[in-house]
Amino acid sequence: MIWNQSVECMDREAMEALQLHRLQDMVDRLYYNVPFYRKKLQEVGFMPGDVRHLSDLSKLPFTTKQDLRDNYPFGLFAVPMSEVVRVHASSGTTGKPTVVGYSRKDLDNWAEVTARCLYMANTDRQSVVQISYGYGLFTGGLGLHGGAERIGASVIPMSGGNTEKQLMLMEDFGVTLIGCTPSYILHLAEAREKAGLDRANFKLKYGVFGAEPWSERMRKEIEDQWQIKAYDIYGLSEVMGPGVANDCDAGCGLHVHEDHFYPEIINPDSGEVLAEGEKGELVFTTFTKEAFPLLRYRTRDISALHREPCACGRTLVRMEKITGRSDDMLIIRGVNVFPSQVESVLLEFGETAPHYQLIVERERNLDILTIEVEMAPEWFSDTITGLAGVERKIHSRLDSVLGISAVVKLMEPGSTPRFEGKSKRVIDKREI
Amino acid sequence: MLKQISMFLENKAGRLARVCRVMAEEGINIRALSIADTADFGLVRLIVDNPELAEQKLSARGFMVSITEVVGVKVPDRPGGLGVALDVLDSAEVSVEYIYAFIGKSDDRAMVILRLDNNDKGVEALRKANLELLTPEEVYTI
Repeated sequence: MIWNQSVECMDREAMEALQLHRLQDMVDRLYYNVPFYRKKLQEVGFMPGDVRHLSDLSKLPFTTKQDLRDNYPFGLFAVPMSEVVRVHASSGTTGKPTVVGYSRKDLDNWAEVTARCLYMANTDRQSVVQISYGYGLFTGGLGLHGGAERIGASVIPMSGGNTEKQLMLMEDFGVTLIGCTPSYILHLAEAREKAGLDRANFKLKYGVFGAEPWSERMRKEIEDQWQIKAYDIYGLSEVMGPGVANDCDAGCGLHVHEDHFYPEIINPDSGEVLAEGEKGELVFTTFTKEAFPLLRYRTRDISALHREPCACGRTLVRMEKITGRSDDMLIIRGVNVFPSQVESVLLEFGETAPHYQLIVERERNLDILTIEVEMAPEWFSDTITGLAGVERKIHSRLDSVLGISAVVKLMEPGSTPRFEGKSKRVIDKREI
Repeated sequence: MLKQISMFLENKAGRLARVCRVMAEEGINIRALSIADTADFGLVRLIVDNPELAEQKLSARGFMVSITEVVGVKVPDRPGGLGVALDVLDSAEVSVEYIYAFIGKSDDRAMVILRLDNNDKGVEALRKANLELLTPEEVYTI
């Protein structure tokens, strides 16, 4: 099912003309409305009007997560706050979140692209859609919500957690489509089995899953466990939230809504744009976003692009399922976690950061983060209560900085591995 | 006051054996030992004949070690014997953080090691109640 045939099936020439027009408009807005971008464009000698071809984009500077941090909270907004109707935020590496803003038009476009994604996943007016992504500062819940409402489905804004109630509503309300993280839907399957609920009493037919990396193996497992069709929805708060891309029934990649979000694949080391089909770091330029436009934003996600038309009839460029990251970021239960955040917390407890290691495991389909910290002399206490107190303090501080709960384990000095040069702090044991 | 070796150990097979091996190699004699543990880690407390040497050697092998001052007291080896000493401390409003027994006996009395929230005050109260305290010399040469 195609929500917006005229755009999703537009021929390449017309799409590129539309993109060029939008890019020119976007560069103008950045130059005149955002001092940060004006300075960046001036540094490479770019003036509004210099964009003549779509390929000129490759001459423009990148934007990084660090730029977002440096301009916290509203420094990169391109409209006055009176035009901003909503703000979302994601967890940050230094305790400060990454902040994104939306104008009324942005929310309208967001609902449009998310509607395209959900429609691709067979959502219609008859669908009963349970949204089990978190509602709040996180873009997942409200983002998907807007698209489902746009289609006219019956929306249940369940939000995350409370597994028993999730299952109860799914069964009682006859939910036909669910949106959540791929690990959570597997957790729900397990909880359903444990509670002795009969799959036959559920009307679930489809699911859209995202906000964390998952494999084709996991897709098969989800489809087997629930006897549903599982779709991959891609997005990130900085670019918009969920709805940037989604896979169709043809199963050969995720269609990117390139009339709004322009993807490029670059070599993460050199910054050079790679050819179609080559694997590299995914970079997005937002064409239409008013409040928080982004120029060549480096996602750190690894993918590749394909432009030949898809069997489903769409001509939209396709991105391969994300296969990894070009930095050390972890996604745990849908939350972005950087080892550097852990280090900054540990530094609060002593003069120097102790040796530590992050271990991520998946138990019963839920991610568990364990942080092994070597005992530092200044923490040493001769009583169990004293040591347990140290663990508790580190745990609660990590909890508030990371936004997820981690298991803290005190270790003997010398028990975590040492590295020369770049250290490998993370052991990811999840098989995804 | 006695010097006790306190050590942090992961709750893992073979850890305590390694500690004992170090002590054996250095010719250090263990007089008393106690272990407190959780699922993840343990605290080993040792009274040895040469605490300074033990601390130095264990630290050198990478163990997390510190020296803690504790009180040793001799109590009558009969029912209620330990209770007498604890009552004395209680009356003096001194709390026991942990307690463990000494290996062996001195004449007809049992010996216990106490870590108190206020060691000095505890020692004074025990002395006033005519309970005999263990001296370092006594412990190291038993």
